[in-house]
Amino acid sequence: MSGDDLWYWLLGRLDAKALPFVRAWDHPTLSEFIGAGAGAMVVIGGIAMVVLLTWMRWWRPLFLDWLTSLDHKKIGIMYVVIAAVMFTRALIEAVLMRTQQSLAINAPGIVAPEHFAQLFSTHGTIMIFFMAMPFLTGLINYVVPLQIGTRDVAFPLLNSISLMLTAGGAGLVMVSLAVGDFSTGGWSGYPPYTGKAFQPGVGPDYWIWAVTLSSLGTTLSGLNFATTIYKKRCPGMHLMRMPLFCWTALCTSVLMIFAMPPLTLATALLALDRYADFHFFTNDLGGNMMNYVNLFWLFGHPEVYILILPAFGVYSEVISAFSSKELYGYISLVLATMAIGVLSFTVWLHHFFTMGQSADVNAVFGIATMTIAVPTGVKIYDWIWTMFRGEVRFTAPMLFSLAFLVTFVLGGLSGIMLAVPPIDYVVHNTVFLVAHFHNVLIPGLLYGMIAGYMYWFPKAFGFRLDERWGKISFVCWVAGFYLAFMPLYVLGLGGMARRSQALFEPDYRPWLIVAVLGAFLLLAGLATLFVQLFVSVRNREANRVPVGDPWDARSLEWSIPAPPPEYNFATIPHVDRRDVFYWRKAEESTYRAAERYDDIAVPKNSWIGPIVGFAGAICAFGLVWHIWWMAILGLVFAWVAVIARSFVRDTHRIVPAAEVEARERRWLAEVERARPIPRRLEETPQNVGLAEPFPAPVPA
Amino acid sequence: MSGPQLRHVGLNLTGADTLEPGEAESSLYGFWIFLMSDAVLFALLFAVYGTQLAATAGAPGPQDVFEIGPAFVETLILLTSSLTFGLAAIAMKYDRTRTGLVVWLCVSLTLGIAFLGFELNDFATMASKDATPDRSGFLSAFFALVPTHGLHVTIGCLWIVVMLAQIATFGPDDRVKLNLLRLGLFWHFLDIVWIGIFSVVYLQGVLR
Amino acid sequence: MTGARPMSRTAGRRPAAAAAWPGRTRAVAVALGALGLLPLGGCGVLDHGFLGAAGPVADETRSLFYTVCVILIFVAGPVLVLTPIFAWHYRLSNTKSAYRPQWGFNWPLEGFIWIPPAIIVVVLAVFLWRGTHRLDPYKPLAADASPVEVQVVALDWKWLFIYPEEGVASVDELVFPAGRPVHLSLTSGTVMQSFFIPQLAGQIYAMAGMTTQLNLAAHKSGRFRGENTQFNGMGFQNQKFPVLAESEDGYRAWLARAKRSGKTLDMDAYKTLSARSVQAQPSQFGSVAPKLFKSILALDDAGAHAAHKEAKQ
Ligand code: HEA
Ligand code: HEA
Ligand code: CUA
Ligand SMILES: [Cu+2]
Repeated sequence: MSGDDLWYWLLGRLDAKALPFVRAWDHPTLSEFIGAGAGAMVVIGGIAMVVLLTWMRWWRPLFLDWLTSLDHKKIGIMYVVIAAVMFTRALIEAVLMRTQQSLAINAPGIVAPEHFAQLFSTHGTIMIFFMAMPFLTGLINYVVPLQIGTRDVAFPLLNSISLMLTAGGAGLVMVSLAVGDFSTGGWSGYPPYTGKAFQPGVGPDYWIWAVTLSSLGTTLSGLNFATTIYKKRCPGMHLMRMPLFCWTALCTSVLMIFAMPPLTLATALLALDRYADFHFFTNDLGGNMMNYVNLFWLFGHPEVYILILPAFGVYSEVISAFSSKELYGYISLVLATMAIGVLSFTVWLHHFFTMGQSADVNAVFGIATMTIAVPTGVKIYDWIWTMFRGEVRFTAPMLFSLAFLVTFVLGGLSGIMLAVPPIDYVVHNTVFLVAHFHNVLIPGLLYGMIAGYMYWFPKAFGFRLDERWGKISFVCWVAGFYLAFMPLYVLGLGGMARRSQALFEPDYRPWLIVAVLGAFLLLAGLATLFVQLFVSVRNREANRVPVGDPWDARSLEWSIPAPPPEYNFATIPHVDRRDVFYWRKAEESTYRAAERYDDIAVPKNSWIGPIVGFAGAICAFGLVWHIWWMAILGLVFAWVAVIARSFVRDTHRIVPAAEVEARERRWLAEVERARPIPRRLEETPQNVGLAEPFPAPVPA
Repeated sequence: MSGPQLRHVGLNLTGADTLEPGEAESSLYGFWIFLMSDAVLFALLFAVYGTQLAATAGAPGPQDVFEIGPAFVETLILLTSSLTFGLAAIAMKYDRTRTGLVVWLCVSLTLGIAFLGFELNDFATMASKDATPDRSGFLSAFFALVPTHGLHVTIGCLWIVVMLAQIATFGPDDRVKLNLLRLGLFWHFLDIVWIGIFSVVYLQGVLR
Repeated sequence: MTGARPMSRTAGRRPAAAAAWPGRTRAVAVALGALGLLPLGGCGVLDHGFLGAAGPVADETRSLFYTVCVILIFVAGPVLVLTPIFAWHYRLSNTKSAYRPQWGFNWPLEGFIWIPPAIIVVVLAVFLWRGTHRLDPYKPLAADASPVEVQVVALDWKWLFIYPEEGVASVDELVFPAGRPVHLSLTSGTVMQSFFIPQLAGQIYAMAGMTTQLNLAAHKSGRFRGENTQFNGMGFQNQKFPVLAESEDGYRAWLARAKRSGKTLDMDAYKTLSARSVQAQPSQFGSVAPKLFKSILALDDAGAHAAHKEAKQ
């Protein structure tokens, strides 16, 4: 074996040039420096983390209390943390892109085409797969078991594995900053551009495996949530008594189960093309890239409803809680959710109206697309009528919901325009489309996630978030959104192609400048969110809500302490109607000790999740760089871990009844001491999470 | 988790509203959902295969490479293994000793391995006729669809081995039984997929 | 939002040749933009798109667009009005507003929120169906004159236009007589691209081994911008080209000029041309090997799309 062979055997195609620092040394341009800077940030960030963890002696708790935990609440929180980290990166990339486009009008700007292409590809990939998906999966994880009155999800270990696979994928995207390049093919990764003939490098491989890890994790999550909701509801919690968030979670899970396989298949076949010389999507030897386009959007369209439905669920909860009122049109909302879920599989072709199908085909898919407007509109009106004859409180989550109602409609309407094929012919692939999807993703999905985060935060951590910073952040988010994306509608109508690194039309400039200002405002929006978190943690003593019901809300998760014990419910609740906690408060039948407490079995922590996630990421890294031994090792390791685990019988730990009872009584004593507060004081330190019934409702 | 909860293994959408859902029920249910997801994957592989049928690009096409004889034998083997797996399930339920269970599992395993052997032999024959996936879109589609099924069978075989080891370690306790039920679903599911492959790929290929 | 600007200013500019705007205009635009007075500063932007329509296809698309917009105003209106009104009127501190915490269903209201949107969708669907068929890119334009045939090959990062009837070809420059319909057959010699002349017609993809079609025309002579909108690599942003609608005489003159250029486009020349690059200037070929377009199609995809390809041609 020659030296080169040995090298290849050991490290595949990995060499010094893969490091952005080396490249910046070789070609000292601004663009390379930005690349190297980003790489450096990942490395320095990693080192800083290690130092911090060592310094604070957090390694043990990190692993023993968190990473190995099978508690759905901790897993949910970890998902949201992944979302926050990845989100920060993707946002910075967005700001870079906007800056570039505002500068590069008949000028080179600050990032070279190669880097710009990586920016939109990583931004899109991260936002969809590693920001939005983890965020909503985290919320579902945290909230759904509490809302349906159960102690955990159906498969706690699988839950941990899903989390760690997602984390592995996110890690792979991060690694691509410091080692090698990411794909330049956008988040949709169309071949033949991403095929071996045109992209022999590692970029598309990073994309393929990162997305594959995440989609495996998501499929498993979907399966887990669907089973949880179907099979683990507490006694009396009929489907039609579930809070709306559970309905949307259910619908999203079903979509995940059926929509992820097309993605897995699309990336797998693309990988076969790239690695094994297959001919699915190549130009030559009978490949047909149109199959990829169909497969991808067969996933991609349902995906956008996977993203939006949980946000719709959050709005349903938030608007009802802060209007101090029952949700209007519960049945309509359920039907509309289901309708959206079903219809979402019938419209994928609208993403390629311009591929030369016959007018009949385009028209049929266009009409199918527009029908989704009906159930969506029903939802919007249901929320509006929920406020009708209510008592609306303008807390930060409610403000986000109101901004959503107004702004999402505009995004939805631009969607309707896109659904009309002749109109799509002239705005497809322009920034009009970019404006459309940010207009549904930010005010729709993201506002929802932020609202959910602010709404449930007190439940998860036992103290409220700072309202003032919440409102400042809200202003940044809304003003920033309008400034950043409304100009793109205009530019798109003006024919500006998406994914353009440079522009040649001076008329575009003023609009691009407004857009970049908006992007900076959005950056401020994120920064203020972190400030809010920081301020709130600092003042946490003043904002504690240990009783657990700071918003006078309606569903079961508010009936337990904040933060909840690991077993959630000391005794499994029995439910006899919708909004059961609200009625119990009205009838003063809540906050009572049970007649007896039982031992509770909770899943023991397990290393399997982290091991599988890590092994998966290692395998993916090996595949990216053609380091075959590493890929095989990772794969084998993951399977061995899972098989070994199936021989472990001792998987549960018992929390003795006495301990449960003692905890419950301590909490009840706290409730006893607490002073119920009226709604107008809910933003003050007097709010300890006990609500004054407002006003005493009359049983129907 | 206790014995009686194993009595019901099917899909049950309504019963769960009132009774405290048992682990057995939810794990089987979850596995059904997994199979549905897997079924989508196979359905799409079939669809891709269908669109690529004509994409022979000068390389050997269906008539040139498929041999109905071995495919038929493979079908028989796999169907028989489904039967023997069914017998294993019956043995698990009614047999107090574990002999019946173990024997039938071993028979199923052997049949599974035999199936894989035949299949590999098929692939080798194809390769000898220069029908490899890098030749054409059609052959790519074939080598994505059929070996994916083969890979599933391999995993099924591995799973049987693991289950034999678990029976040896724990005896057929509740968790082992539950796992066997899931494995059974998996095994029968692969049979169904194979019937699809046999008719869509082999029969159609030869009859055309 | 005026369509009345002189054609030359809305012209597609080659990146390399793009002249700076008069400094004053630019400074004003920047200042106004920064002040957020956009409607004044960047108004010309819309003329670059289909709203600055210069041909029958874009014309019809524009009126369809306006129709849809008008309908959608009625959709957005209620939401935009009701949301702030309800939120404000029913605010906590307004003690005079009614409070019915148990009110959660009402049949007439259900009808009100399901039926009108459904009706609007039906109305839109009618427009959609008719518009989609009328504006089908494959549908030949009605005209007295016979269409100009152009075969388009998408390359990295340039466009090749073959005029089979005239036996000439050009790179990065599409020229045709104004008032006469143009029929384009497109394919790609590389990855998928999207052919787009915003002021004249909508997009259509160009894919290797396959043909797609597009019909367009210009009302009167003018210069427009054509582009690829499907990202295809590092020269993507530069893949813009001028589209010249000339008078019949101007067109003849251009053809003659092309013929004089003397170069021949055959398979070898095509191979050279298809190397990845951005061309600084448009160029012409005086003669074209017969059936070159067919041979380019045959380069990719020997078997698969045979059926599909015929269907599309
Ligand atoms: C969820 C999806 C999502 C979100 C939120 C965003 C947010 C933003 N995006 Fe983008 N974007 C995409 C999905 C998304 N994007 C996709 C799919 C593409 C296409 C890629 C492709 O071409 O293939 C794209 C492309 C894209 C482009 C390329 C356009 C082109 O092709 O020319 C640009 C350019 O400016 C851009 C800008 C922005 C900006 C300024 C934001 C800002 O609004 C960002 C604002 C967001 C935040 C500030 C983050 C908020 C995060 C949190 C609140 C979490 C914090 C959590 C805690 C504190 C617990 N996006
Ligand atoms: C959360 C994400 C999300 C959501 C919810 C939507 C919602 C919708 N989208 Fe969007 N879409 C995306 C994310 C999303 N989209 C993304 C990411 C892309 C681009 C991907 C890429 O290329 O990179 C895309 C692209 C996209 C296209 C492809 C365009 C192209 O590539 O050229 C189309 C075309 O039809 C479309 C249509 C729609 C429609 C009709 C809706 C509808 O669901 C909207 C329904 C809502 C309303 C209509 C408003 C409220 C309703 C009323 C007030 C009632 C009354 C209304 C009527 C009667 C009309 N979307
Ligand atoms: Cu594109 Cu066939
Ligand atoms: Cu879509």
